[in-house]
Amino acid sequence: MTRKSLVILLIGLLGIPAGVGAFTFVYAKGFSYLSTDPRACVNCHVMNPQYDGWLKSGHRHTATCVECHLPHTGLAKWVAKAEHGFRHSAAFTLQNFKEPIEITPRDREMVRVNCVRCHEGLVQAIADTPGRAHGELDCLHCHSSAGHGAGG
Amino acid sequence: MADPRGSGVPTRGWLLALLILVGIAGITVLLLALLTNIFERKQEARQSFVRLVEVTEDTADPKVWGQNWPQQYDSYLRTSLPTTTKYGGRGAGASDTGPAEQKLDRDPWLKRIFAGYAFALDYRDRRGHFYALFDQEATRRVTEKQQPGACMQCHASNLPLYRFVGKGDVQKGFEQVSGMPYREAREMKDDKGQPLVQHSVACLDCHDPKTMAVRVTRPGFIAGIKAFKAKQGIADFDPNRDATRQEMRSYVCGQCHVEYYFKGPGKVVTYPWANGIKVEEIEAYYDKEGFTDWVHAETGTKLLKAQHPEFEVWSQGVHSRAGVACADCHMPYERVGSLKVSDHWVRSPLLNLNRACQTCHAVSEKELEARVLNIQDRHHALMQRAAKATTDMLDTIVAAKKRGASEKDLQAAAAQQKKAQWRLDFVAAENSMGFHAPQELARILGEVIDHARQGQLEAERATRKP
Repeated sequence: MTRKSLVILLIGLLGIPAGVGAFTFVYAKGFSYLSTDPRACVNCHVMNPQYDGWLKSGHRHTATCVECHLPHTGLAKWVAKAEHGFRHSAAFTLQNFKEPIEITPRDREMVRVNCVRCHEGLVQAIADTPGRAHGELDCLHCHSSAGHGAGG
Repeated sequence: MADPRGSGVPTRGWLLALLILVGIAGITVLLLALLTNIFERKQEARQSFVRLVEVTEDTADPKVWGQNWPQQYDSYLRTSLPTTTKYGGRGAGASDTGPAEQKLDRDPWLKRIFAGYAFALDYRDRRGHFYALFDQEATRRVTEKQQPGACMQCHASNLPLYRFVGKGDVQKGFEQVSGMPYREAREMKDDKGQPLVQHSVACLDCHDPKTMAVRVTRPGFIAGIKAFKAKQGIADFDPNRDATRQEMRSYVCGQCHVEYYFKGPGKVVTYPWANGIKVEEIEAYYDKEGFTDWVHAETGTKLLKAQHPEFEVWSQGVHSRAGVACADCHMPYERVGSLKVSDHWVRSPLLNLNRACQTCHAVSEKELEARVLNIQDRHHALMQRAAKATTDMLDTIVAAKKRGASEKDLQAAAAQQKKAQWRLDFVAAENSMGFHAPQELARILGEVIDHARQGQLEAERATRKP
């Protein structure tokens, strides 16, 4: 076999994982993760309680999951989205995560920034006090049930 | 001979091709593994169980049910494992074999307050549901004292037995079995010679085999809760018909984890709830019935014995008030793959803080554990103090008798002894070390100390009578 035909064969073989990969992506509703549809967040059912809570919450009319749980600037949004996606799929595939699920400190801060983004007019007088440096003015400390808890 | 023109280059090319091939194959394998994993999860989410075998009202063997509901069965089997918390279980390092730790050695005052009663012989810590039947047969309370078939009401999966004896009527069978000697009931066989009692507490006792719905089957509970609801103005209450699903998730446990007594010569298991389920309401019920359990060997006083009133005590606590059921903390939901399954490894929530507590309390596990232990430590200290007051009273009554005080002289002291011991036992026999209702239990322990010291004073007075 000549070197050229060997290269063609190998490239041809790459088609198998490409095909399997493409099928897996579609079968796993991969495109839904590129959207902002909250239903994508309950594909694996782990966040059903949060989704159900959000459906009945006040925030439902103004904010979807990603409004609060992702940054809103171009690159940072996609980096965070990819990081969440990878971490969550790895955890669900390997089934090695703690329950009830808990938000990471970094993602919690992300949510806080988003609280202020919308509620800035109301909270601007208190959100930027020196106490912030010590994490004292964390909206979620008191409003922990906002979004998908009893407090809506 | 080596090809003089090749000089090894084609070999290197082949090697590279092979590596790429292996790489592509590896990627394909990983992708297929992921695909299969996703496929399995999707299937799980679609169908929660497959009925491989038919289970009926006669299927007492949990192993058969386990073929349909393997996740629940697996966790049920784990009730055979030893578990230890600060105040419960079998002590650190306990092995899987042999009986649980002797409570009588840990708290010697128990031997004093139960003097003359079977509980002074053998009174151990709890083990899991798996051992309910086995441990009962091994306790000296049963091997050395004559006990009735009434015990089968809670220690065995008993419906086939009750239906057989009652010729189809569970209630009738229950009443007849209650009055039999223990061994006769335990060893009863059906018409084909098959033993009717073979399994500890199991699936059939809490689940309808047709629908899997949670249900209550213990006749004593059904009558008891009916009487209790009647007191509250709800006539003809049938838990299987009238209770909400959330109530049922406590009632299934309340079938057995309650105060009870054997009524009359027929030894029918009866829950003393017609007057209410608080400690003094149950006491008033017994007083009205004229029922006592035994005569105290040291003082000659007729006394009441309390049996693990977990349901009654939980009913007085804040979790009950908030609508939290027994199963919420003792059998919390767990996710198995895409399935939501309630954990049938019924155990202390302290061993499962994340699922048991954090589902509602968004606080760290460490903090939650500290809160629980704080309650338990305080409760334990108060209970030891109440026990000391009670044994002091016993000492004084015994001394008074020695100095010639008559039964009549000691009547007032005996009345206090009965009240103090009933309350102390009610608290000590309850298996939560205070957690189910901290304030209620502290109130009862306060009364124990009061009655015990009053009893002590009465005994002192009796000796000073001219």
